[in-house]
Amino acid sequence: MPFNILVLTCVTYVALLFLVAFVAERRAGIGRARWLRSPAVYTLSLSVYCTAWTFYGAVGYAARSGLEFLTIYLGPTLVFIGWWWVLRKLVRIGRKQRVTSIADLISSRFGKSNLLGVIVTLLSVVAMTPYIALQLQSVTQSFGVFASGTPEGWALPNRDATAIWVAAGLALFSILFGTRKLDAKEQHHGVVTAIAVEAVVKLVALLAVGGFVVWGLADGPSDIFRRITESPISDWELQPDRWFGLMFVSAAAVISLPRMFHVMVVEGGDESHLGRASWAFPAYLMLMSLFIVPIAVVGLERMPSSANPDMFVLTLPLQEGQGALAMLAFLGGFSSATSMVIVEAIALATMVSNHVVMPVWLRLRPDVAMTGDVRGVVLMARRVSIIAILALGYGYYRMSGGSTALASIGLIAFVGAAQVLPAMLGGIFWRGASRFGAGLGLLMGLIVWAYTLFLPSFGDDGVIPAHVFALGPFGIGWLRPQALFGVSGMDPLVHAIVWSMVLNASAFALGSIFSFPGPVERMQGAAFVNVFDEDQTGPQGWARGKAEPETLLMMAGRILGEEPALGFFEAEARRQGKAGFLPDATPEFVELLERRLAGSVGAATAHAMISQIVGRAAVTVEELMAVANETAQIMEYSARLEAQQDELTRTARQLREANEKLTQLSIQKDAFLSQISHELRTPMTSIRAFSEILTEGDLPPGMVAQYGRIIHDEAIRLTRLLDDLLDLSVLENGTVQLNLGLANIQTLLDKALAAAGSTKPERVFTIIRDLPSENLFVRTDADRLLQVFINLISNARKYCDSDSPELKITVRQRAGRVSVDFIDNGKGIPKESQAIIFEKFARLSDQSRAGGAGLGLAICREVMANLGGSVSYLPGQGGAAFRATLPLRLDRKLA
Amino acid sequence: MARRVPLFLKRRSYRRRRLRDAARLLPVFGAFFFLLPVLWSPGESPAPDTASDGLYLFVVWFLLILAAAALAPGLDGGADDDGTEP
Repeated sequence: MPFNILVLTCVTYVALLFLVAFVAERRAGIGRARWLRSPAVYTLSLSVYCTAWTFYGAVGYAARSGLEFLTIYLGPTLVFIGWWWVLRKLVRIGRKQRVTSIADLISSRFGKSNLLGVIVTLLSVVAMTPYIALQLQSVTQSFGVFASGTPEGWALPNRDATAIWVAAGLALFSILFGTRKLDAKEQHHGVVTAIAVEAVVKLVALLAVGGFVVWGLADGPSDIFRRITESPISDWELQPDRWFGLMFVSAAAVISLPRMFHVMVVEGGDESHLGRASWAFPAYLMLMSLFIVPIAVVGLERMPSSANPDMFVLTLPLQEGQGALAMLAFLGGFSSATSMVIVEAIALATMVSNHVVMPVWLRLRPDVAMTGDVRGVVLMARRVSIIAILALGYGYYRMSGGSTALASIGLIAFVGAAQVLPAMLGGIFWRGASRFGAGLGLLMGLIVWAYTLFLPSFGDDGVIPAHVFALGPFGIGWLRPQALFGVSGMDPLVHAIVWSMVLNASAFALGSIFSFPGPVERMQGAAFVNVFDEDQTGPQGWARGKAEPETLLMMAGRILGEEPALGFFEAEARRQGKAGFLPDATPEFVELLERRLAGSVGAATAHAMISQIVGRAAVTVEELMAVANETAQIMEYSARLEAQQDELTRTARQLREANEKLTQLSIQKDAFLSQISHELRTPMTSIRAFSEILTEGDLPPGMVAQYGRIIHDEAIRLTRLLDDLLDLSVLENGTVQLNLGLANIQTLLDKALAAAGSTKPERVFTIIRDLPSENLFVRTDADRLLQVFINLISNARKYCDSDSPELKITVRQRAGRVSVDFIDNGKGIPKESQAIIFEKFARLSDQSRAGGAGLGLAICREVMANLGGSVSYLPGQGGAAFRATLPLRLDRKLA
Repeated sequence: MARRVPLFLKRRSYRRRRLRDAARLLPVFGAFFFLLPVLWSPGESPAPDTASDGLYLFVVWFLLILAAAALAPGLDGGADDDGTEP
């Protein structure tokens, strides 16, 4: 097949993937992506487990070691059909804690420790580099097959150049769809959809080749069965240690490989999808491995003995002249490699940016959380990380020379990834797991894995000198890399698995047992282990009230983007029952915000950034107790009771106050009733007495006139009293007719002062006024307002007990309202009476001095209410002070 | 406030809980059957048995998938995670 057509097909296929990813991203952007989040897509995205190692390497593996390759798929099958044990919990924790990567999970669980995040990141990058190199190698090899195996006879231009082009293309794709936005949930619809498409392609391709082999080259299943028995593959013997060890390691890897964790927990994160995948993903694996042995058997039969069994999937159809089928197989292998590299690069880049770049950057420029463009930095860090990771993979490929069998590289990576397992499982099932233990276990695992498996994979004298293999470092025999503690004769891989896992898990367990976790750690531990307790109200680590919501909003805006941050804050404010954009910085809110930020930059970084604003997380002894045992619920209950009790106390106090006021009023009303009868009775008595005298006749005309005047005066007094009472009832019912017009305050005050002068005319008052400020026109009922002014001035004249009485009148205008203050220099009104002076019949001093019925201020209050204003007592003015407030323009509607 | 878990459950909740037990047991059975070849294979068998071993593994695999598929629909959607509903 001409090279140009091959390249053209590749480019077309990649363009198609770009298109699929682009469309998916667009549809997700407009919220029409429900099918993107279906269980089917979820299951297909999980198939990044099947890399080029499966597609090409499994056949080679089967050709070399028979059925052993199946262990790599049986282990994950067990994990998935047992999803109720581990996966369900992982996914739930991932969703609740907004975990962004496996390093983030570990770091978040163990007290948001960034050191652990760094260790896991380092481990992952080191372990995955050869794995990425393996993908580049397989793609390059598959190009090479087309190059050499065709009659047209073109030579592959340059092996390294091919690999570098592939690496660059993959980096571009990952950057375009993996780091376009900094999503709070770290989901990339475009990537997931493209991977689902690739999953279908690789399955179809492998099944097509398998079908061709079974029914095209052989004579159906029974013939294949016979050929398997006759082929050299049957000489294979099952090695129990490898069988068990590989199954274990692949089961561990399927949850702890960064890319698997990414698609399973970070991108997916729905338990119902997981339920479907629990059988669909094993089914996918089974279909993928169904034809591996037949292809290997027929390949061994038909291909020359020099042929690389890793490439049988491709070379077999090619040799049989099935160009189209070979092309399909090529695309299948291409898909396997690319999807793995893309997801792995994104997952690793997320780790590197969140756990290495961001903390360093925040350390160097602590003020940056508030001022800098954090989003830009995070995205740039991820892009650079993707490029760096692919460069590492390419470098490894160049260094190793692409000679090693695919399977062995993959297994080294699996064992490396599995080192996270003890800390992860311990973290989600054991509250006692501590940061110290996890760190110790991870480091131990990393070291043992590197020493016994990873470094030896470079060969004798590669990194470790040959004499160390034979005699141990410095001649210490029990430290030989492939015979630790003198246990020699083991399969090197099983040896590495056993020792790394045993030492790792023991260090983890012992470290946890002999250390004491910090407060945040214990809280996170409880939150992770008890993730299924729905009503769990985790105690908050943030002290109350130290953070300004505005500062938090600014920081959130730098990470989440302005609009999403504003939306989030507004929603939270509404939830707290507040208007506007700024919720109170309650511990709950800060916790929620931290979790949200953690979805973008990882738990440790988010914690560090919030700490800069809120101050250190303060955990009180009481909160620790809440973590330590089940008293949390009781405490919460008692807190609730306390709150209720507080409320009851408040209500009771209000009731008591109301009651006091009522009692006082009732007493006053009784007093008033006797007073009013007295008031009515006094004039009535004199009217009766004088009218009796008049009816007797025989009086001089002067006396008659005098008595008549007395009667008349008394009648007027009676009428005024009754008028007041009537007036009050009209005002209170709101049925008063207002006569609206323009009135000048100054004129009104002049009139009022003149009219009130008749009250105690013997007292000389000094009136202090500011005439210019009084020159205000208001639209109101002038007569009623005048009535109020007269009343207030008269009161001052009546009650001010100063020797040189003064009355200060101040007029102010503010925001469409006018206030007039009347302040005298007397004793004022005692505090306890201020509440009742505006009540009807209220009277403070003894009635002889007052000479009124106690209705004046009550009428004033009602008048002002009818004028749309109010009258109130101003405390603390050095004397009795009243403020009448009214609108500048009174609308008729209000009147 | 200790949650009260009644002593006996309704028939439906009871069945759901046993379904979960089955889901937890399934991988244990799977592991047993997948490891079974270890017991018979290392022995010097007179005839090569790779083909029949493979067949055996695929049959077990297939049955496990069927069992998981049968269990899965009953497992999710259960609102009560630890079976608190009476």
